[in-house]
Amino acid sequence: MKYAARKILMLLVTMVIVSFLAFLAFSLISGDPATAMLGTEATPEKVAALREELGLNRPLLAQYGTWVLGFFTGNLGTSYSYRMPVSSLIGQKLPLTLALSLLSFLLILVVAVPLGIRSARQSESRLDGVHTALNQLFMALPPFFTGILLTWLFGILLHWFTPGKFPIFSEHPGLFFWNLLFPAIAVAIPRIAMTVRMLRSTILHEMNQDYVRTAISRGNDRVGVLYRHVLKNAMAPVIAFLAQTMAEVIAGSIVVEQVFAVPGLGRLLLASIGNRDWPVVEVIVVILAFWVVLANTIGDLLSQRIDPRLRLGGDAR
Amino acid sequence: MLEIKDLHVKFHSREREAVSGVSLTIRNGEILGLVGESGSGKTVTAMSVAGLLPRRSCDYSGSIELDGTELLHADRTLLRKMQGKEIGVVFQEPMSAMDPLMKIGEQVGETLLLHHPEISSEDRYYCALAAMREAELPNPEDTYGRYPHELSGGMLQRAMIAAAIISRPKLLLLDEPTTALDVTIQAQILELLKKLNREHGISMLFISHNLNVVRKLCSRVAVMQKGILVEEGQTEDVWENPHHPYTKRLIAAIPTRTKKEAPDHDKF
Repeated sequence: MKYAARKILMLLVTMVIVSFLAFLAFSLISGDPATAMLGTEATPEKVAALREELGLNRPLLAQYGTWVLGFFTGNLGTSYSYRMPVSSLIGQKLPLTLALSLLSFLLILVVAVPLGIRSARQSESRLDGVHTALNQLFMALPPFFTGILLTWLFGILLHWFTPGKFPIFSEHPGLFFWNLLFPAIAVAIPRIAMTVRMLRSTILHEMNQDYVRTAISRGNDRVGVLYRHVLKNAMAPVIAFLAQTMAEVIAGSIVVEQVFAVPGLGRLLLASIGNRDWPVVEVIVVILAFWVVLANTIGDLLSQRIDPRLRLGGDAR
Repeated sequence: MLEIKDLHVKFHSREREAVSGVSLTIRNGEILGLVGESGSGKTVTAMSVAGLLPRRSCDYSGSIELDGTELLHADRTLLRKMQGKEIGVVFQEPMSAMDPLMKIGEQVGETLLLHHPEISSEDRYYCALAAMREAELPNPEDTYGRYPHELSGGMLQRAMIAAAIISRPKLLLLDEPTTALDVTIQAQILELLKKLNREHGISMLFISHNLNVVRKLCSRVAVMQKGILVEEGQTEDVWENPHHPYTKRLIAAIPTRTKKEAPDHDKF
């Protein structure tokens, strides 16, 4: 429990540092938001009035404080280009990207773990070379490319979904998830291949450990050895990898959203970068950073639940 | 009770046979010592008895019978019924021989779980505690929930012994069980094995490269060199009157205890 408390504290500290750096970086590169917002209508008087209104004359740290509190109160400033509150802008898009990321992560879990076990058990079969080659191929498939293929095959050829038209959750919840499934598959495929390969190699590694011989000497069959002993040991390093995967899946989702016309964070992020709409960009940066740190924290906590050796003093790395 | 006849084992990856024509008998309630240097085939002999030979990567012939049941050529299903239940094994390195992510107590009770699934988990818990007490593990209730990395080598070896005797096997195979331990712990483990042999009549095959250790524990000893059994007999006879030159060299290699004043730098 002490370990968990320390991890959560570390998460908070990391987030404070990351958000401050993001805030600092964007206040340095963005120039004067007031001028940017007024554009061609900018006169010195109008700029000065808007600066006062936006609180830009206050010390940087005070501005940062107000901004960070905005993550809890919902007041994150106004977008330059959309002229609407950043929080409502992101609030519409974020759930879509999160749903897509979680769906592809779920796919990775339910497909990769059984496949990895199977692949390890069949490592001596004649088809093993073919499987390895296939695995390499899937690993090399970039999500946007798979996305285009899937759109062509299932969208245009088979009409399983309508490309370019993404259903709204509140209107067609079933259709929403059905349409989300295709981009999720595109994101998941290379990660599934990587996880299968890693799990296979950790299982084969663990199979050569002395404790396996002990387990056999007690009368375990292959299944008993695998599920009672080897799998837990083999999963321990894979969990850290899955945490990374969960962190990276969101980046994959943002790219693939473009291919499938999913109105998620991806489009908003790209548009905002193009428009130099920094208030939007910096909030998205902090949200993505939070997702990555959160994924790793969960991974660490799970690893230490599985492997008691990591509980020693809280940091065995 | 255990009868090994003309055992040959040859690994595909090696030129020479690991075991060539070994015949050995262990009588009921006896502790037989099997001595030899590393690579002499003593461990391979024991692994053949335990059903732990990698069958696909070696050729083997001969027979191994435990109370009339053939083990060497037995199919996997029969072998699994014997493993753990009739034959317990204790390995050299207790730390690596234990599953690092499983509680000590669960590992001790595993044989019961496998061979007596009808025993409730609560009863299994008490059986494990009893076995740990028998192996003289201090504080078994506390040790039950610990993980291997939290215990010393001697404690782990006691836990391994507890796991090996929990289902009252007829035969205990001990593959250099004290080699990885320091001398004091080694002596304690030997005493424990003697006690288990005396109180429960468990027959044992004790493998060691150290004749001196074997002499303290075993009534009979067999000596192996390069896969061949070179000498066999009552331990004291072999000790006093070795026939084979290899046995003579083994005995000569044991440092004798001459009383000398220990040099100062040895005292801490």
